Amino acid sequence: MGKLIEIRDLSKVYERGKQKVEVLHHIDLEVAEGDFLALMGPSGSGKTTLLNLIGGLDLPSGGSISVGGQRIDQLGAAALAKWRAAKVGFVFQFYNLMPMLSAQRNVELPLLLTKLSAGERRKRAAVALQLVGLADRAAHKPSELSGGQQQRVSIARAIVSDPALLVCDEPTGDLDRQSAEDVLGLLRALNRDHGKTVVMVTHDPKAAEYANQTLHLDKGTLAEQVAA
Amino acid sequence: MKYLHLVWASLFRRKTRTVLTLVSIIAAFLLFGLLDAVRSSFNQAGQSANGAARLQTGSKLSFIQTLPLSLQGQIERVDGVKLVTHANWFGGAYQDPHNQVFSFAVAPNYLDMYPEVAVTEAERKAFAATRTGALVGEQLAKRFGWKIGDRVPLQSTIFPDRQGSKNWAFDVVGILHASDKKTGGFFDQMFLLNWKYFDDTTPYNQGQVGWYVTRVTDVNQADRVAKAIDALSANSDHETRTQTEQAATASWMKQLADIGLIVGSIMGAVFFTLLLLSGNTMMQAVRERTSEIAVLKTIGFSSRSVLAMVLAESVLLLVLGGVVGLALASAIIPAVSSGSGGMLNLPTVGKDSWLLGLGLMALIGVLVGALPAWNAMRLNIVDALAGR
Repeated sequence: MGKLIEIRDLSKVYERGKQKVEVLHHIDLEVAEGDFLALMGPSGSGKTTLLNLIGGLDLPSGGSISVGGQRIDQLGAAALAKWRAAKVGFVFQFYNLMPMLSAQRNVELPLLLTKLSAGERRKRAAVALQLVGLADRAAHKPSELSGGQQQRVSIARAIVSDPALLVCDEPTGDLDRQSAEDVLGLLRALNRDHGKTVVMVTHDPKAAEYANQTLHLDKGTLAEQVAA
Repeated sequence: MKYLHLVWASLFRRKTRTVLTLVSIIAAFLLFGLLDAVRSSFNQAGQSANGAARLQTGSKLSFIQTLPLSLQGQIERVDGVKLVTHANWFGGAYQDPHNQVFSFAVAPNYLDMYPEVAVTEAERKAFAATRTGALVGEQLAKRFGWKIGDRVPLQSTIFPDRQGSKNWAFDVVGILHASDKKTGGFFDQMFLLNWKYFDDTTPYNQGQVGWYVTRVTDVNQADRVAKAIDALSANSDHETRTQTEQAATASWMKQLADIGLIVGSIMGAVFFTLLLLSGNTMMQAVRERTSEIAVLKTIGFSSRSVLAMVLAESVLLLVLGGVVGLALASAIIPAVSSGSGGMLNLPTVGKDSWLLGLGLMALIGVLVGALPAWNAMRLNIVDALAGR
């Protein structure tokens, strides 16, 4: 397997007023294509910051990040937005679905950025919903779905444009055990059966067990690597 | 267009708030439609091809001052004059002082001056032959249910007869029809009586004329002819002021009120209030969608797309309310006109008003959406997702 993510000497400093807070210190990391990586660590350790940098939501203060051979730390805001649309799927802790749109319309959102026809968009969204087991809930609004179902809709939205990389920030943090296991099972299936590379931030050791490897972050430094 | 459902859904995310804002916008544009119709109505008065060839001569002092009848012969001799007629304001009311009737005492050739007023030859003959005869506009006749052969009592608000009574009676001998309802709707409201009968009956007139109307042979010479007519009375006790019919009508209207200024002031206040109200709505709407906008940007929507969507949302809000408001005005105006029994003859919301209205909707929409759209465009994804 080749490398999908290659991080070299990565650091991130936030400025809060006059104060500078160094969140990540000289991180080096490689993630292979088709890997399922769990990032663990205490609150404030820099897990989400690292995930945001990998997903192209933020730019590093130093070092480099390559994803699929592309130096995303060198991209401008518009190019980075295009890159995210094509290459990354995002799953959030609180699902972050559009409350006024149906599940189908929520899943279609990333496809609005493509040149696909309305019919093709509908078809692909339906396939994604079927893949997460919610074909019969396509017309429902998020408020009409359970937490687990909403998270599965958000996974359908993340995979509908067929990105190579899924970044998941505490995807089970707001779910009960059964729903969490369903969601994690789904992520594992996407990883194993569809070849998606998954990078997941979690506090939950049980969730981390679904990953191939787990990395621990502490005070902005990679502390420990555990292979599954 | 593929974002339309997203813009639409965002607009109606908070239905009650959006509907209340829409009601305000509808009310504002309904008012705009009605007031603009009033303004257009005033602007159109006196604007016609025939009106361009007519001059009105009245007292330079005030339109209530009269002029001597002897001036008619002198005006007729001015080079470039084709026809001269005269009239007096009668000021009649029917049954109730509130039922004011646009009544004029006119010379026998008065209708020769107004080809845009249709009346049959037989009715004109009857008017000339009947001392107490009256020609009545069709809307006025309809309003009071008058028909040919009726004897109509009118009370003059100014002129008594020789016995001191202000109660006059006239015989309806014909009905007037304005051939151009847009510019000549006023003629459908007129009540014409014979000047000779008026002059003989009231002791207050004694051969005086309210105003003269002159048709010129060449429209391009109207200005020169007007100056020549005014020169006839220069330095006399009855100095005149001669203007084109359009200018005279505008001047007369202005003595009533500066409609343009009134309409402009009211609409300025209304739209300024609307700007604040819908601006506040849009600011709130975008602020409470911060995390949703952050998600859109996360999945790849560019900052410009986000800016365009918020602007589209505010323009859509204004256009929705504005179009409904103007459509309501279009529907209400004919009802107001007919409900007034023809007293108000407002034109419907025309193409110009629609274009101006649509322009205002777009402008206010952009102004209202500018700040929230700018904020949405500059939204930092990481901060927004973290709730900072």
